[in-house]
Amino acid sequence: MIFFNAFLLSGLICMLGQIILDNTKLTPGHVTSMFTVFGAILSFFGIYKKLIEWAGAGATVVISNFGHLLYQAGIEGFHEFGILGFFSGLLTKSSVAIVSAIIFSFVFTLIFKSKD
Amino acid sequence: MNKDEYKKLVDQLTPKENKMRNAFVAFLVGGFIGFIGQVIVTIMTTSFEMELVEACSWLCILIIFVASLLTSLGFFDNWVTKVKAGLIVPTTGFAHSITSAALDYKKEGMITGLGANFFKLAGSVLLYGIIASFFLAIFGVIIYG
Repeated sequence: MIFFNAFLLSGLICMLGQIILDNTKLTPGHVTSMFTVFGAILSFFGIYKKLIEWAGAGATVVISNFGHLLYQAGIEGFHEFGILGFFSGLLTKSSVAIVSAIIFSFVFTLIFKSKD
Repeated sequence: MNKDEYKKLVDQLTPKENKMRNAFVAFLVGGFIGFIGQVIVTIMTTSFEMELVEACSWLCILIIFVASLLTSLGFFDNWVTKVKAGLIVPTTGFAHSITSAALDYKKEGMITGLGANFFKLAGSVLLYGIIASFFLAIFGVIIYG
């Protein structure tokens, strides 16, 4: 039941983040950076692909997916262009997240004002 | 008052947060985002005959659009202070950090304010994500071929 798995996985990852935030002095910036790096490490061991198969969007909505996309794009870049691919290919897959975040943030910032 | 006494006093006066409740709320909210995401992906792959990768990319854009819009309308900040990791760990947190930094520094000018501080909070995710995956990708190619 992929819907239940998606709920469970993304819920557990967020809960882990909350436990880290509550019990250490780390800030949200630390937690998101850690989770991104952790996503790349899981991708390195081939675990993240299995998580996506098992939980679908549950694994792709969390920030760890960013690390996974970066790693996979680096590998694919190497197979296509060799050493150059590490440099030219690394951002190809995660471009969606970066570009959409930049465009929407910029446009909305121009339209709206800060509330305080 | 020496340092230890002061620390004790601070600990006493700091409001105790209910950690169990926080963790449960983060679980529910984070899980709900994953669940809704899966519903959207299922609809896109079955009704619109998209590939899974394509559907996940559209989902990512949709989540960032919604999070960005809600941040600039002023709702998101209150929600983040209530549910914390439930909204920070999903991609919503990435969009929220960029939009809120952009809104806060807009008044200091387009270049020195908005431009210079755009990635103030999200920059570390990009930096360490890229550094880690770059070296891991090189290791991966060496090990797995």
